[in-house]
Amino acid sequence: MNKTKYQPVIGLEVHVELKTKSKMFCGCSAQYFGKEPNTHVCPVCLGLPGALPVPNNKAMEWCVMIGLALNCKIPLVSKFDRKNYFYPDLPKGYQISQYDEPIARNGSLKLKIKNEKLKNNLEKTIRIRRVHLEEDTAKLIHQFGNQKSKIKNQKYEEFSLIDFNRSGVPLVEIVSEPDFESALEVVEYLKKLQQIVRYLDVSNADMEKGEMRLEPNISLREISNVKFQIINYKVEVKNINSFRFVEKAIDYELKRQEELLKREETPVQETRGWDENKQKTISQRSKEEAHDYRYFPEPDIPPVHWTGNQISNIKNQIEELPSEKLERFKKEYGLNDYDAEILTRDKTTADYFEEAVKIGAGHMIAPKQIANVVINKKIDISSTLPAHLITQIASSKQTATLSDEALEKIITQIVDENPKAVEDYKKGKSNALMFLVGQVIRKYPKKIDAGGLRERMEKMLQ
Amino acid sequence: MKINVSHIAKLANLSLKEEEKEKFEKQLSSILDYVKKLEEVDTSKVEPTPQVTGLKNITREDQTIPSLSQEEALSNAKNKHNGFFKVKTILEK
Amino acid sequence: MKLNELTITEAREGLKNKKFSSSELTRACLEQIEKHDAKINAFITVCKKQAIEQAKEADKLLSNGAMEQWSNLPLLGIPIALKDLYSTKDIKTTAGSKVLKDYSPVYDATVVKKLKDAGAVIIGKTNLDAWAHGSSGENSDFGPTKNPWNQEYVPGGSSSGSAAALAADMYLAATGTDTGGSIRLPASFCNLVGLKPTYGRVSRYGIIAMASSLDSIGHLAKTVEDSALLLNITAGNDVFDATTPKKPVPDYQKGLQKGIKELKIGIPKEYLQTGLDEKVKENFEDTKRILSRLGANLIEVSLPHTEYAIACYYIIQPAEVSSNLERYDGIRFGNDRSFFTDEAKRRIMLGTFTLSAGYYEAYYKKAMQVRTLIKKDFEDAFVKVDALIAPVSPTPSWKLGEKVDDPLKMYLSDVFTVTANLAGIPALAVPSGFINGLPVGIQILGPQFSEELLFQVGFAYEQATEWYKRKAILNL
Repeated sequence: MNKTKYQPVIGLEVHVELKTKSKMFCGCSAQYFGKEPNTHVCPVCLGLPGALPVPNNKAMEWCVMIGLALNCKIPLVSKFDRKNYFYPDLPKGYQISQYDEPIARNGSLKLKIKNEKLKNNLEKTIRIRRVHLEEDTAKLIHQFGNQKSKIKNQKYEEFSLIDFNRSGVPLVEIVSEPDFESALEVVEYLKKLQQIVRYLDVSNADMEKGEMRLEPNISLREISNVKFQIINYKVEVKNINSFRFVEKAIDYELKRQEELLKREETPVQETRGWDENKQKTISQRSKEEAHDYRYFPEPDIPPVHWTGNQISNIKNQIEELPSEKLERFKKEYGLNDYDAEILTRDKTTADYFEEAVKIGAGHMIAPKQIANVVINKKIDISSTLPAHLITQIASSKQTATLSDEALEKIITQIVDENPKAVEDYKKGKSNALMFLVGQVIRKYPKKIDAGGLRERMEKMLQ
Repeated sequence: MKINVSHIAKLANLSLKEEEKEKFEKQLSSILDYVKKLEEVDTSKVEPTPQVTGLKNITREDQTIPSLSQEEALSNAKNKHNGFFKVKTILEK
Repeated sequence: MKLNELTITEAREGLKNKKFSSSELTRACLEQIEKHDAKINAFITVCKKQAIEQAKEADKLLSNGAMEQWSNLPLLGIPIALKDLYSTKDIKTTAGSKVLKDYSPVYDATVVKKLKDAGAVIIGKTNLDAWAHGSSGENSDFGPTKNPWNQEYVPGGSSSGSAAALAADMYLAATGTDTGGSIRLPASFCNLVGLKPTYGRVSRYGIIAMASSLDSIGHLAKTVEDSALLLNITAGNDVFDATTPKKPVPDYQKGLQKGIKELKIGIPKEYLQTGLDEKVKENFEDTKRILSRLGANLIEVSLPHTEYAIACYYIIQPAEVSSNLERYDGIRFGNDRSFFTDEAKRRIMLGTFTLSAGYYEAYYKKAMQVRTLIKKDFEDAFVKVDALIAPVSPTPSWKLGEKVDDPLKMYLSDVFTVTANLAGIPALAVPSGFINGLPVGIQILGPQFSEELLFQVGFAYEQATEWYKRKAILNL
């Protein structure tokens, strides 16, 4: 056993399904989820003889939009290519994709990585190699078999069922450079990406529904030799179809590779699949069988030439992105990082908050106070109108003001009765304050705003 | 020009008999020898022509049109089950 | 004259003037098929019942005074056939291959829809070299088609059945596809007019693809006038085919009679150099004389990259073929890949190889670059001349079996035709006489979208020669 230390080198391919009305190359509805099998199909997406593809212009614009949001360059010329391989979920025997002239390239995405030891956030930039457009495959259901049937050399007399409703749904592939050094970074990146495409309103990006899929390629390199070492293998991991599996699958794979390397073995270059039941990755395809996709320009689709004008029009359609919104919330509403981050996590919450702030201004309610309520009280924003929320805040404030004297009395009483908790709080145990707040709320006969109370007690105990 | 017929057949998803492999190897080699002619042409400054129309940006609006019925979709399939196409699982992905 | 021997133009007159009905015309065609097709083997499917019904429908419209719609229904009651590469809803479409032996499409190709909308009676689906791979018509999984002019000879391919049956007067016109000469070659071997339109002029949607960047959708007719009439119907933009420009469709019959006085017609010298049969050369000299007599200025031009055309074509075409045939896996339709026969396998293998890792640049990309040069040869020539003429084939038809064991030799018979496909330009094959009782033809080539001009030249030449009036004698 050697004692070399290794550093993970991880690159990501993420597929995002666009939520266009129609499919990428035909007029079938792209809203296939939960529909009867093979009812959203036509000669084009079934790959019938003679059928021809015609690209969906919205999908192309949205792909440009994603590229722009990821700080990519949009080359003015782009084209589609055929990627040839055989699999029952690929009706034409080739996937229409993009090879050497993708819609977008050379972008980046900034992440904030929590550092547990240093208790702070580190900023890290992940470089994005390319963003391109392609078509989704059909859905295979291994009805009578199980995952085992996929393993090499095992020929089962089993059957798969194929539903072509998903075949031809527009898919954007986002390929990163191998800039990730931990599973945590991958998770942060995915969350960020998901947030961006949802902000752009071009994809629901729900991993559990298969609207966002990732394929990490994972290797390790010696830490002592980072600069000069050539990594001579790469393991691609498939089948990670939930946010919950991302960290587990990557960490498992890193550990597996490290053990091999420590025994001075080079991991095999291959594709492995994450098996959630077994909690491990399992070999699916090794190098000698690696596919030769025989890419060539798609003769059925003329090339794409954007004008600078078209690109700037698309750019203008992009509304404020999450990172910009976060900065603005901090500046404009005086929120801290934590609150601003939560409020801008999705656009609906952010819009809700801003609407409430607007109404709240008329009631002399500060944005910070609204933020507290929205975050701490876990307001169901789908059922509580912003105006209603403001009324609630206003009345709770009133209640508290009206009974100020009574409240004062109760607080003093609780503080007197719990000298230990007060001492703990002064030593830095924030739990102790929550305990005291809880005691006051219990004693106080009316409804009271916990956030306001907490602030008040904080001040008092300083 | 020698070509690895077995490898190519595998890529092309064709199963060839031994005698076919031999025959094709000979025929394909002679065709490839013939097309070598192109090496005589200086194309160092020539752009490729993958399409001849000169068209660009041909797209359609994002609008749906009616799909086939499930019955039509499955009408030519030899194996089907409950509205699905059915296929033996012997390939690995 | 028997009804089935009429041209479309003549039959339209007859129907209009109620000299005969569409049912009579259709029946005459069906009888001819029943009498002779066992030997010629031009059909894969004869749609007897549907054809009789369609004819009845047409007769109904005709008797109800559909005359005011006459111009909207230019094929009303006219029996035509479709190469079995055209998808026809609920009518078996085989591509001449056992892979699709029982395949019945759920949709009509755009052109089929247009022809039906024009009132045509679809009499059947014609035989072809499987997947349109072939120059002779022998490579069909449903047996070879024979040349009505001499049944020991090939009719030319791959639109073999469409040509042979038309030469045998089994219908009035038929569709074809031309990827490297598949309409022009059989037209010239069977004394017919064959049009390979500009790439993209006619929609490919629903027509089983051979090589997508080369496939041109055209037709075979008895006369130039009929050919122009058919293009009026089939041409135009199709929203389902992204390679069809939105160029307006002129009335292709309008300029037929303009004549060719003062037209500059180029003779590509490279086409007359090596490998040209002496008799074909003589025949071509006759053609030149006739065109001169009609007032054309003949000018020698050079297409310097002609000798690379076959090599270029036999890289691009099989590469696209290999990809286009990947969908035949037996899952959604048809039989599995073990049903492919030799020529398809050969092209799949060839194309798979030239596209495979490490070879793409040397083969496919190189061929696409040479294609640029071949296209430019034509563009340069069309600066000097209005159109070009050349023989369709370096030889007349050959005997069945003569070339089947030597694929390369077979490929070389396309030497004069593949150039138009590589350049995407239109070409019209017109009969130019006979050699030892076998028909030969010339082709007229022009710049992209110059079909009007090609018809104009073809019509003048045809009217001066009248080869189309000669009929094959079919022995029972």
